[in-house]
Amino acid sequence: MFNSIMNFISLWALPLILLIILTMGLIKKVPLYESFTEGAKDGFKVSVNIIPYLVAIIVAISMLRASGIIEMCGNTLAPILNHFNVPADTIPIMLVRSLSGSAAIGIFSDIAHNLGPDNYATTLAAVMVGSSETTFYVLAVYFGAVGIKKLRYALIVGLLADLIGIIAAVSVCNLMF
Amino acid sequence: MNYIFYFLIVISIIAGAVNGKLADVVNAILSGAELSVKVAFSLIGIMAFWLGMMKIAKECGLIEIIAKIIKPITKILFNEIPENSPAIGDIAMSFSANAFGLTNAATPIGIKAMEELQRHNEDKASASNAMCMLLAMNTAGFQLVPATVIAILIGIGYKNPTNIIAPTLLVTSIAFVSAIILAKIFQHVWKPQIPHTNKTAKHTEHAKEVVQAGRAE
Repeated sequence: MFNSIMNFISLWALPLILLIILTMGLIKKVPLYESFTEGAKDGFKVSVNIIPYLVAIIVAISMLRASGIIEMCGNTLAPILNHFNVPADTIPIMLVRSLSGSAAIGIFSDIAHNLGPDNYATTLAAVMVGSSETTFYVLAVYFGAVGIKKLRYALIVGLLADLIGIIAAVSVCNLMF
Repeated sequence: MNYIFYFLIVISIIAGAVNGKLADVVNAILSGAELSVKVAFSLIGIMAFWLGMMKIAKECGLIEIIAKIIKPITKILFNEIPENSPAIGDIAMSFSANAFGLTNAATPIGIKAMEELQRHNEDKASASNAMCMLLAMNTAGFQLVPATVIAILIGIGYKNPTNIIAPTLLVTSIAFVSAIILAKIFQHVWKPQIPHTNKTAKHTEHAKEVVQAGRAE
């Protein structure tokens, strides 16, 4: 029951939003086509505006990932995290999920295929990836688009929340699975 | 941002040298630069689509209605933004897009919300409290159904892939609420800097934090 409701929501969320926006627009006599194209004009401008910020953050993170430091940290952390019932396979996900969403999904996919469906690491990795957003990417894109250069506490809060998310994922999975 | 950028690159070079992966690090510059343009260009179409839809939603008054519904919450979280500002509606839409896992829609709508918040921002180069709050909400990644993860689990024959929805929702809610609370706390500690360059500031983020916390006293 719960599952079918969830599947229904994920399938229908987007179509429903479109139906509501367009139907209400029609009722309120909004010139749908003109308004749409008028708003859409900004799409190009915004996308191009964020390129410098994306280049800065994505290049820096690509370099970091290529440098092997994530594996180094993983090896250092593995014995410590072992005490908390955290499988070593999931550590790269913890380290990468704030930096790169596609990398986190890639690592998760590897874990899932290598360890199979019955492994605890697969479940923990799934929860960790499913509950996170790429902090650095969001930061670069959102602030880049409006030209913010001083982040103040935004990054610290994002990373602390990520850390709390990891701790929560480990605790919840330990309790439930 | 200056320090973060500096440290990310310097650490990469040092770690790359230590691990004998310096060539990979150099190659990553090219692939990273290419990827950023790819990301930006792949955004153009979907960005245009959702900004177009948002324009209709705004003109027919839908965003205003949503803004009114969530007013009690936004009043607390974004207390510096006037209640009738279009930013409130955009923030609500951005949150909904994230919650429903419409990642493609969430980015354009989130950026639009940021633009509205920038109008109320006094120092255009520095993030306002409201902007940090919006970012905290979005970086916590609140999502009802993690569709991509479930798709991968189905692919490997996981018994009940939807079993992970409840724990994921619980975890993401904890992260989301903590992000909001942290943002509220930090906004009192880490006040906006008066725009002038401070040459004596130390070179670590921690030192910067201490300096600014001290200034706030």
